[in-house]
Amino acid sequence: MQNDSTTKTELDQNRAPIYEALERFRQMRVVPFDVPGHKRGRGNPELAAFLGQQCVGVDVNSMKPLDNLCHPISVIRDAERLAAAAFGAANAFLMVGGTTSSVQSMVLTACKRGDEIILPRNVHRSVINALVLCGAVPVYVNPEVDQRLGISLGMKREQVQKAIREHPGAVAVLVNNPTYYGVCSDLRAIVRMAHEAGMLCLADEAHGTHFYFGDGLPVSAMQAGADMAAVSMHKSGGSLTQSSLLLTGPGVHAGYVRQIINLTQTTSGSYLLMSSLDISRRNLALRGREVFRQVVAMAEYARGEINAVGGYYAFGRELINGNAVFDFDTTKLSVHTLDIGLAGIEVYDILRDEYDIQIEFGDIGNILAYLSMGDRSQEVERLVSALAEIRRRYHTDGTGLLSQEYIDPEVVTSPQQAFYADKISLPLRQAEGRVCSEFVMCYPPGIPILAPGERVTGEILDYIEYAKSKGCSMTGPEDPDILRLNVLK
Amino acid sequence: MELWFSEFHTPDVKHSIRVERQLYSKQSDYQRIDIFESPEFGRVLALDGNVMLTERDEFIYDEMITHVPMAVHPGIRDILVIGAGDGGVVRELTRYDRVQRIDLVEMDPQVVEACRIFLPGNACRLDDARVKIYFENALRFIRRCEAEYDLIIVDSNDPFGPSEGLFTREFYGICYNALREDGIMVNQQGSPFYAHDAEAMQRSHKRIVNTFPISRVYQAHIPTYAAGYWLFGFASKKYHPVDDLNVEAWRALNLRTRYYTPRLHVGAFALPAFLEDMLQEVEE
Repeated sequence: MQNDSTTKTELDQNRAPIYEALERFRQMRVVPFDVPGHKRGRGNPELAAFLGQQCVGVDVNSMKPLDNLCHPISVIRDAERLAAAAFGAANAFLMVGGTTSSVQSMVLTACKRGDEIILPRNVHRSVINALVLCGAVPVYVNPEVDQRLGISLGMKREQVQKAIREHPGAVAVLVNNPTYYGVCSDLRAIVRMAHEAGMLCLADEAHGTHFYFGDGLPVSAMQAGADMAAVSMHKSGGSLTQSSLLLTGPGVHAGYVRQIINLTQTTSGSYLLMSSLDISRRNLALRGREVFRQVVAMAEYARGEINAVGGYYAFGRELINGNAVFDFDTTKLSVHTLDIGLAGIEVYDILRDEYDIQIEFGDIGNILAYLSMGDRSQEVERLVSALAEIRRRYHTDGTGLLSQEYIDPEVVTSPQQAFYADKISLPLRQAEGRVCSEFVMCYPPGIPILAPGERVTGEILDYIEYAKSKGCSMTGPEDPDILRLNVLK
Repeated sequence: MELWFSEFHTPDVKHSIRVERQLYSKQSDYQRIDIFESPEFGRVLALDGNVMLTERDEFIYDEMITHVPMAVHPGIRDILVIGAGDGGVVRELTRYDRVQRIDLVEMDPQVVEACRIFLPGNACRLDDARVKIYFENALRFIRRCEAEYDLIIVDSNDPFGPSEGLFTREFYGICYNALREDGIMVNQQGSPFYAHDAEAMQRSHKRIVNTFPISRVYQAHIPTYAAGYWLFGFASKKYHPVDDLNVEAWRALNLRTRYYTPRLHVGAFALPAFLEDMLQEVEE
């Protein structure tokens, strides 16, 4: 598993090299004639008062004692080795541009212009953005759909096999591990199929950091033998927003990955983000199993309580069917709401506006409450009680509610060609039949309804209008009100 | 030797009580529990450093939170009490023969244990046959109840700690649902004097107004609470706290009280102008 460099060093997960270097640096009281210009906050007292001296004092630049993210040779390299060991990867890269940057680096490493990449259509926008950047062509595997819940599931093994057979020249297979809702495909089998066909297997683990530290949780990408994984440490891992990890297996050349990362990554990597990754990795390595055992227990308790309210369906492991739902992430608290007569997005809005409870997202038929290491039982009781109240106050028979349908996309041209092609802006309804040059999605979850290069159909337009009418926050197009769409000339 | 217990009522105001000795101190799963012996106030119970009660002035709080609803609604038989692990509220309620059931939901068993030992004057009726104690999260307990109680008394800590959930819209909603069609909910509503407390009072009053058709606030003078000035909320599905006060019926019970009287009952709902303004602001 481990490459030469990691086996040479004694890896002690109690250490946090970046954090320790920053503590030493603080003691040195170095006089700053370098950037950042706020000079430990002195030049911006209002910011220092708001964020705290402790915080602005370590917002510093790369320098010898603190290493350099673009070319790590000391404390950052050590932190990356510790992260690699903790996650069972050959190499780990600290990322400061969000998991978006991890996903893009993964795709850009695997694909060149014109290469085919096999992926499910319910990927995050960052994946298709990466295709716009590099010019690779998507081969979509239609995910299975749960008709009752209206959610996209994982990819069936046969579907992946079929895509591989029909596109033997594809360079990689990308898998959500898990989806936003916690659904996992049979990752081990997909890795095997990809490798047999000479393809890489990439995993978007934006919602799966805890898989590396959980008992009874789905298999992690590195354990399943995948080649690369984008891991959102700032989600279930507990680090600061925008910090992330890119993990690679033994079959991927680390030096090349570093070059790819440096194509788009800032040369002023934030030490706030990097130290948060370092400290969070230490916490996960030392206490992760216990922490996630508690998160699972809390989520299972909440699921039981919400299902006892009646009307709601908080789904869990019973969805597992050995293929399109090969496994389920029990830390995810997703609740189907249509049976109380409210769209998920409506419950999401009521929770925030009337109960001061902010959940992760609501879509047409479901809500997702994100549970993590920071939650306590008293807040879970509030959430469950608020859902009970919403049912009591707003319950209807649900006529006129649509379930979410998976709409099979027709890919006409590559995302890159469509994005850069000559285009015109048309009123939404007049765009029917044309090829879209931009994204349309509800955010969150950020899974495109339309991606560049796809045919605009009447069904898709109906869906967009319905989602808008229910109050979904729609993003993507140039026109912020989504009254017009850019399509190819 | 001088030993003083101080509580900050705001970051710039503190209230200090001279202490003779500390009788009890324990960190429970939820909070730090302390009991002191003091020359002026007798025994003092503090949770997370906030005075919950003193032997000297607890009667004011416990009488006002119980006798006001009991004197309005003649049919109160089934009662739910939230918090109040010291037993003072239960002690007052058990004085009414018509009460058949008192369910006490307290999250922290340590509070009850400590009060049984060191505050027997409050805890003395916790073993009454009508009283059943549930050590549970109140939201979890109440959301399973529908039209079960005539009265719910919410005797919580302040809204900035583990009791935060008892000041929320979802909590008031499930209480409404747990009450019978003529039920009443009475809660401690904090103090309107210092800005921080006043804002919390307004927030919770707004939520109650949005939940119950009748919602009124009444006041009492409690020396050891912030500003010595305390509010209670009276929320009801049917009974008006003053118009439906049955003076004769209450007097016929011959209950001896030290603070509450039916005359004071009426007066307690007459509020100062600044407070009326504050309440109106959120009622609109």
